Amino acid sequence: MAGRTISEKILARKSGQDARAGDLVVCEVDCALGTDGSVPMALDYFRAMGGENVRDAARLVFALDHYVPPTSPQTIELHRVMRDFAERFGVTLHEAGEGIGHQLIVETGRALPGGLVVGADSHAVTYGALNCFATGIGSSDLAAIMLCGRIWLRVPDSIRVVLTGQLPRGVYAKDIALALAGVLGADGAAYQALEFAGPGVTTLTLEDRLVLSNLAVEMGAKTGIFPADVETVAYLQGRAGQAFEPVAADPDARYSRTVEIALDTLTPQIALPHLVDQVVALEDAAGTPVQMVYLGTCTGGRLRDFHQALAVLEAGGGVAPGVQLVVTPASREVRDAMTADGTLEALVGFGATVVEPGCGSCCGTCGVIPGDGVAVISTANRNFKGRMGNAKASIYLASPAACAAAATRGVVTDPRKVSR
Amino acid sequence: MTVLRGRARLVGDDVNTDSIISSTRKRESLDPAVLRQFLFEHVDPAFAASVQPGDILVAGKNFGCGSAMEVAVTTVLGAGIPAVMARSFSRTYYRNAINNGLLPLVCDTGAIREGDILSSDSTGAIRNERSGETLSPEPLPPIMLAILRAGGLVPYMRQNGDFKL
Repeated sequence: MAGRTISEKILARKSGQDARAGDLVVCEVDCALGTDGSVPMALDYFRAMGGENVRDAARLVFALDHYVPPTSPQTIELHRVMRDFAERFGVTLHEAGEGIGHQLIVETGRALPGGLVVGADSHAVTYGALNCFATGIGSSDLAAIMLCGRIWLRVPDSIRVVLTGQLPRGVYAKDIALALAGVLGADGAAYQALEFAGPGVTTLTLEDRLVLSNLAVEMGAKTGIFPADVETVAYLQGRAGQAFEPVAADPDARYSRTVEIALDTLTPQIALPHLVDQVVALEDAAGTPVQMVYLGTCTGGRLRDFHQALAVLEAGGGVAPGVQLVVTPASREVRDAMTADGTLEALVGFGATVVEPGCGSCCGTCGVIPGDGVAVISTANRNFKGRMGNAKASIYLASPAACAAAATRGVVTDPRKVSR
Repeated sequence: MTVLRGRARLVGDDVNTDSIISSTRKRESLDPAVLRQFLFEHVDPAFAASVQPGDILVAGKNFGCGSAMEVAVTTVLGAGIPAVMARSFSRTYYRNAINNGLLPLVCDTGAIREGDILSSDSTGAIRNERSGETLSPEPLPPIMLAILRAGGLVPYMRQNGDFKL
């Protein structure tokens, strides 16, 4: 019998069954996240299910991140309902302004190698970077987990993504993810796991891996999972609240498909409006005017992203006239680090509007909304029409450095060519 | 499963949940009776008013991609639509559909035209009354069928208190 993929091994561990691709299993959940975008509905379902007590509050995390700051009586009420519930049952609640739930799950060491972590938000796939099976669920699934601590899952087939070589200067993790989306398409990994492998993995920092796992869902994937190595363990040092046991794929594990990406051959990429798989080499879109540049989100709102963006802004002499630069740190930890090392002050010096840590403008529920006809270049993961709250705007997706390069010129620009 | 009969309402490939119902709308209300008037508002402003109870959504590939927000399912149900046929679904939409009793049918929808009358028999096969063509959607695994037959995850959990394979 063939060996097992990482996903098969984790779901076998969590279900107590011989979990093979295609099997349906019921699994114990190590941690479940809900946000202000999903918990209010989950609480309605929970009560309708007859829920009186939460099965294991220690495994639940609530994050107020989609409506930050709340700007209406309705959203203030959503937050109040969540606070009351969290207080009553002892659920950890991250307040508005602490950051994006996905970033907080990672920062607080709740996503651990070999574990099963779900989130009532599609970008819960992000934690796959830490060698856990991480996937998005709905509010009703979250309610059932509150009630019984478990979830049913179909064990996915896995696509093996083999990374070789090392990224050249000016090319980043986002470019790998966009290139992969271009190859697989927006549903090319539907119902399947992406399992990253190959010697190129060790050249990627944990922040790089978070970008790749985060974008897995944009190819339809159920999870985007990495092996654990010294980088994984080093990140969790001082963060992980408990012991963990990483999971590696067997050498003879069976995959539905193998895709190889030679990192050293990659160039900057860009996704054109309005689909994430409309990917072209960035040089082919060079010169396209943009009026808004968005740096933030659970894809591109971490410290190193802002460092990369700032370096390009400095090299390019700042923000071009007529361009609006919006900066949203993914969490308070990120913002504090940006304050401590001067990054935030420098970005403000270039005229950036700084928004409270959270989902900000990305999903159009709060933050700065683009105007009609505005072209936005963003470090986010989605460019659907209407995504940032205005269906008459157009969204391009690129790396933080490429977004910053566009900010310096007011047009899509190769970050490798920016100088004063 | 209830036997269906309704008009085909065509939507295309890669229809994301924000197209089904804009996430900005759920700031104001989560009530399907309210949200239904904004169903597909940015795709076709006339769509919501034209829906008749029993209509069946017919999509191409990757229906329900994007956000996992469950109002993209409850709003469809709230409009009186009992089933969605698609060549493929995003997995979160598929889960949310089952959990709320919206029947997701995976089959080749390419030959269905707007307004065709589609009817199911007790075996689950779907007949296009215009063309006479019969489609056999992929069968659902037992746990999904059990949740659907219960009427969704709420009644299922009330009955069982846990998942039973």
